[in-house]
Amino acid sequence: MAEAVREFTAIGTRPIRPDGVEKVTGKANFGADFSLPGMLYGKVLRSPYAHARVKGIDLSEAKAMEGVFSVITSADFPKENPSDMSCNILAREKVLYHGHALAAVAARSQSIAEEAINSIKVEYEVLQPVLSADAALAEDAPLVDENLRTNGDESFMPSNVAATVHYERGDVDKGFEKADYIVEEEYRIPSAHQGYIEPHACVADVNEKGRASVWCCTQGAFEVRNYISEVLQKKISDIKVTPSEIGGGFGGKTVVYVEPVAVRLSELAGRPVKMVMNREEVFRATGPCSATVCRVKVGANKDGIITAAKAWMAYEAGAFPGSPVTPGCMSIFAPYDLKNFVIDGLDVLVNKPKVAAYRAPGAPQSMHAMESAVDELARKLNMDPIDLRLKNAADEGTEAPYGPKYPAIGLVECLKAAKVHPNYVNKPAKDVGRGVAVGFWFNIGMQSSAEIWVAPNGAVTIMEGSPDIGGSRASMCLMAAETLGIPYDSINAVIGDTESTGFCNLTGGSRTTFATGLAVVRACEDVIAECKRRAAMTWDLDTEQVDWENGFAVPRPGVNIEAEPLSFAELAKTAGRTGGPLVGRASVNAQGAGACFSVNWTDVTVDRDTGKVDVQAFTAVQDAGRAIHPSYVEGQMQGGAVQGIGWALNEEYIYDDNGVLENASFLDYRIPVASDVPMIDCQIVEVPNPSHPYGVRGVGETPIVAPLAATANAVREVLGFRINDLPMSPPRVLEALDNAS
Amino acid sequence: MSKVHVELNVNGQPEEVLCEPQQSLLDLLRDELHLTGTKEGCGTGDCGACTVLMDERLVCSCLVLAPEANGKKVVTVEGIADQNGLHVVQQKLLEHAALQCGVCTPGFVVAAKALLDKNPDPDETTIRYWLAGNLCRCTGYDKIIRAVQDAAQELKATTTS
Amino acid sequence: MSRFGYVAPKSVADTIHLLHDCETRGERAQILAGGTDVIVQMRTFDREPRTLVDVKYIEELNRVSIEDNETYIGAAIPSGVLNENQKLKSLYPGLLESADLIGSTQIQGRASIGGNLCNSSPAGDTIPALIANAAKCLIAGTHGTRNVPVEDFVTGVGTNCMTRTEFLLGLILPRPRPRTQDAYLRFIPRTEMDIAVVGAGVSLTLDHDRVCTHARVGIGAVAPTPLLVTKAAEALIGTQCDETSLQAAADACRAAASPITDKRGTVVYRRKVVGVLCYRAGVIARDRILNGQN
Ligand SMILES: Cc1cc2nc3c(=O)[nH]c(=O)nc-3n(C[C@H](O)[C@H](O)[C@H](O)COP(=O)(O)OP(=O)(O)OC[C@H]3O[C@@H](n4cnc5c(N)ncnc54)[C@H](O)[C@@H]3O)c2cc1C
Ligand code: FES
Ligand code: FES
Repeated sequence: MAEAVREFTAIGTRPIRPDGVEKVTGKANFGADFSLPGMLYGKVLRSPYAHARVKGIDLSEAKAMEGVFSVITSADFPKENPSDMSCNILAREKVLYHGHALAAVAARSQSIAEEAINSIKVEYEVLQPVLSADAALAEDAPLVDENLRTNGDESFMPSNVAATVHYERGDVDKGFEKADYIVEEEYRIPSAHQGYIEPHACVADVNEKGRASVWCCTQGAFEVRNYISEVLQKKISDIKVTPSEIGGGFGGKTVVYVEPVAVRLSELAGRPVKMVMNREEVFRATGPCSATVCRVKVGANKDGIITAAKAWMAYEAGAFPGSPVTPGCMSIFAPYDLKNFVIDGLDVLVNKPKVAAYRAPGAPQSMHAMESAVDELARKLNMDPIDLRLKNAADEGTEAPYGPKYPAIGLVECLKAAKVHPNYVNKPAKDVGRGVAVGFWFNIGMQSSAEIWVAPNGAVTIMEGSPDIGGSRASMCLMAAETLGIPYDSINAVIGDTESTGFCNLTGGSRTTFATGLAVVRACEDVIAECKRRAAMTWDLDTEQVDWENGFAVPRPGVNIEAEPLSFAELAKTAGRTGGPLVGRASVNAQGAGACFSVNWTDVTVDRDTGKVDVQAFTAVQDAGRAIHPSYVEGQMQGGAVQGIGWALNEEYIYDDNGVLENASFLDYRIPVASDVPMIDCQIVEVPNPSHPYGVRGVGETPIVAPLAATANAVREVLGFRINDLPMSPPRVLEALDNAS
Repeated sequence: MSKVHVELNVNGQPEEVLCEPQQSLLDLLRDELHLTGTKEGCGTGDCGACTVLMDERLVCSCLVLAPEANGKKVVTVEGIADQNGLHVVQQKLLEHAALQCGVCTPGFVVAAKALLDKNPDPDETTIRYWLAGNLCRCTGYDKIIRAVQDAAQELKATTTS
Repeated sequence: MSRFGYVAPKSVADTIHLLHDCETRGERAQILAGGTDVIVQMRTFDREPRTLVDVKYIEELNRVSIEDNETYIGAAIPSGVLNENQKLKSLYPGLLESADLIGSTQIQGRASIGGNLCNSSPAGDTIPALIANAAKCLIAGTHGTRNVPVEDFVTGVGTNCMTRTEFLLGLILPRPRPRTQDAYLRFIPRTEMDIAVVGAGVSLTLDHDRVCTHARVGIGAVAPTPLLVTKAAEALIGTQCDETSLQAAADACRAAASPITDKRGTVVYRRKVVGVLCYRAGVIARDRILNGQN
């Protein structure tokens, strides 16, 4: 493909991120790296049962212990109308999963805190746990929440189904009548954990007037402020949250577990309190993603046109409502232009930790089902899997299954790029299987603010509020460099606390480069407007008579004046004399995030004697709209691919019959290690998003969606039959091989 | 409480600390010496975020008891760059955008440097297996491996020229 | 209130004294070698205070000596250090590979064969390899030292034949006969950083007609303790270790196994794969001899 003429100077380059040196030298401060004088250590008591009524808690010994400063239970939280989050953070009448927090202490040292925790006596009435969607949906199933009625409808009997979701279009029965080939299958996927390497951590310090300062690792400092305010019924203005560097989140750090607890402990102790979860607690008590059951039926005619599709899916929510079943339903058919479909989804309570978002929440599971079924259709039709998808692909103007018409999207472009990619054109060797799948994510916009501060030497500081999990500071600086027309190196980006920058929604939904990026561009434009005003003043012209070109104020063509262009640096230097420091600001509620599609394929081998799947090659093609910093776009694609491979092959929450998680460590919750995976080849496709000045689409979430089915389809190709359920771990593969022979 | 007196050398500096016997070297570095560059991802030897060199051997500092470090020479991520600036491994990790969140990076820096000190010309498989105890959840490892390969090339070029 | 303690004795006698003292006081003492099991257990399911007795400063536990008829390997030597010993590696490649499989580079900076054996997990990687090599455990106690064949050392999941006042000094391995090689393979779902789902170690001696004269087979993670599988060895002795006899050895391993289903594997899986690994390890050991690695 011919290299397009470069439209940009900064955008599309790959400079070193501004926070890089601190991160390779160990100077960057992450969640657990912050300390205060006189600080205490907080620790949590967790339930040993998956489902039990709490009959009594005896805190007396802990409270009397030397070195213990405060001890709390949910009784120390506001009593009225506790939110689900509050009940998740500290259990009330019932503990709802193994590891559910029940009490917390703050003590002078970690070991005293631990002793205090061990001294707390709890009397439980053990109840039968509900451990799967099947069990939860069974007649006479025990109830996780005796007061829960489906969709809040009081006319229903209490049940474990928190909500139902339904989408439909056209007439599926007629559609299936027109089908020459039909695939109908059920697919099951267990919970997986986000697996961020940094456990949740915070320090809270509440002063004598009740003002709380909190330092924590989070995807959104403003959300943490809201949550603390909600859970503790504290005024928002009494809470300041400073985000630390964050060691991964993938959706798991969009909610809080320890922060409100630390605030309450600090409030009662009159000292700062630090809380750091250990890895076991992270696995047991923070949100994994939903385990799911998906049933899909798809029909196509002889030409490969999908005539109808039907899906039913149950998503485990954990102990509180709120699985991502809705986005799961919305995404399952998103890549296709379908005339007839029905989608039904259930949000199901079980006695497991409350699920949290995990990268493209809901989509990997449902799309694994659809993309596996489409692969089977391609086999029946004897058609190349990319060709089949091209025949049905959604494009600009297609009505998305979830309602709106797509604006410009890049699915067709990705499929076409994949079809001619050398890694696809080269056919796999004998005994190597290839699998293809498509990925999708909606992306979101939401609110962001940004400020631009210009130093007298022309250096620029960007102040914004999106925690940087993957190099987003570099992208902000690149967009500012491009907009202002100044060198990347003269710009720094700072992530502010909740009192030093304007409101900003969390880093999630792949929104940061899009929405906060938009705010940064608008703030730069604000500075440019000011620069033009200052230049106009200097030249005694009207502002309208000044243009901004490549970092210089210049008289507009046709304006009759002898004036040397004024550089950004000169304007900055003289700002004191022309009206004071140069600053710009903007805030947005960004619309039109622009959906992101991908095509992935992988080549695998299977050891038929041990059932082990080996990933030989993996290629990801994805639409980025515009890649501001291509390396970090590739990084998202590669990281998501490997997470997806891990989920497809080995990652799973394994519970015993009592609902105790058996593999709460990185030794047995097997995320891929460096020697497990090959290089991940990437091709970025750019179909600019019309709603962003540089065409950005979010790229962070789509990458995890396609690898599940791509891997499953590749294994299907080698084995000659399909394994519907994930993970395709060696025992499962070997068992399937035995059954097949 | 019976604390243990530990004398050790950290990044070339002699240090003396009082510790509880069950504390780890990681706790000693982070809580007593305030060297928070070394991270705790698991505390059980599984993630490598706490990697340091102890008497020139790579270890998980979470699986070394503080008193065991008595008399030892410890090098942490804070001791990898010198007065000439960043180590090639650090520079290459930056150039290749081989960190996203960066919490695994200190462990990778120490482990990769140790590899290149021992084996200046590792192939991709060797690098991947050497670094298998360093988990990274963000990058999928691709850019980290390339950065280490590139660092090896650069080291070779500077030592042969 | 009992607390943790740490001591690092310099001699065998001091260590025995310490263990004995703790025993009489009714306090818990635990030997600390590389700590890669001890410290993990202290941080997770076994948090009870104890005195940790660091044995890494004792000469006997750090020495390797290779004599004409036997080899001594100190119990506390980290696998990373052992694997730098080329002489050992050429004599017992399979055993050294088994030590090299333990954990990551970082773990190997600390993890010892002695620790692996004394932790006495059914899945300890070096144990089947030690069994294949007919290793003996040299144990010190209040009444001096004693020798125990490694296959008799582990008595159950996490238990072994040592009393609370004994500890392991090292392992004694017979010098391999001419034309002898060993190999160890384990199965894990990833490529690194997992505990064995199944393990198999094989040592073979072939005469100049390629006929097997001696064989030992050890298997791991398929029974409460690692096992010596005599029947597997018998299936190989007198044969050229061809497909048929290797298959017979594999079947003998499957018959000897009494695995369980747990988070790492199922009964069916383990039984099947232990045969596969015995077969494959047999091929490697055989080919090592035929390719003249010794
Ligand atoms: C991340 C990780 C990965 C691992 N991977 C593997 C693996 O792949 N395969 C595997 O087999 N193991 C693995 N392990 C377990 C562990 O590393 C090994 O069992 C190791 O060999 C233990 O040796 P150590 O020197 O660290 O023993 P320690 O932890 O010091 O001791 C282990 C046990 O033996 C006792 N002990 C030690 N030395 C003596 C002695 N001389 N006399 C009497 N008792 C003694 C201790 O009291 C303790 O009960 C892994 C551990 C971790 C943390
Ligand atoms: S913190 Fe030490 S290995 Fe994870
Ligand atoms: S960069 Fe986040 S874990 Fe490696």
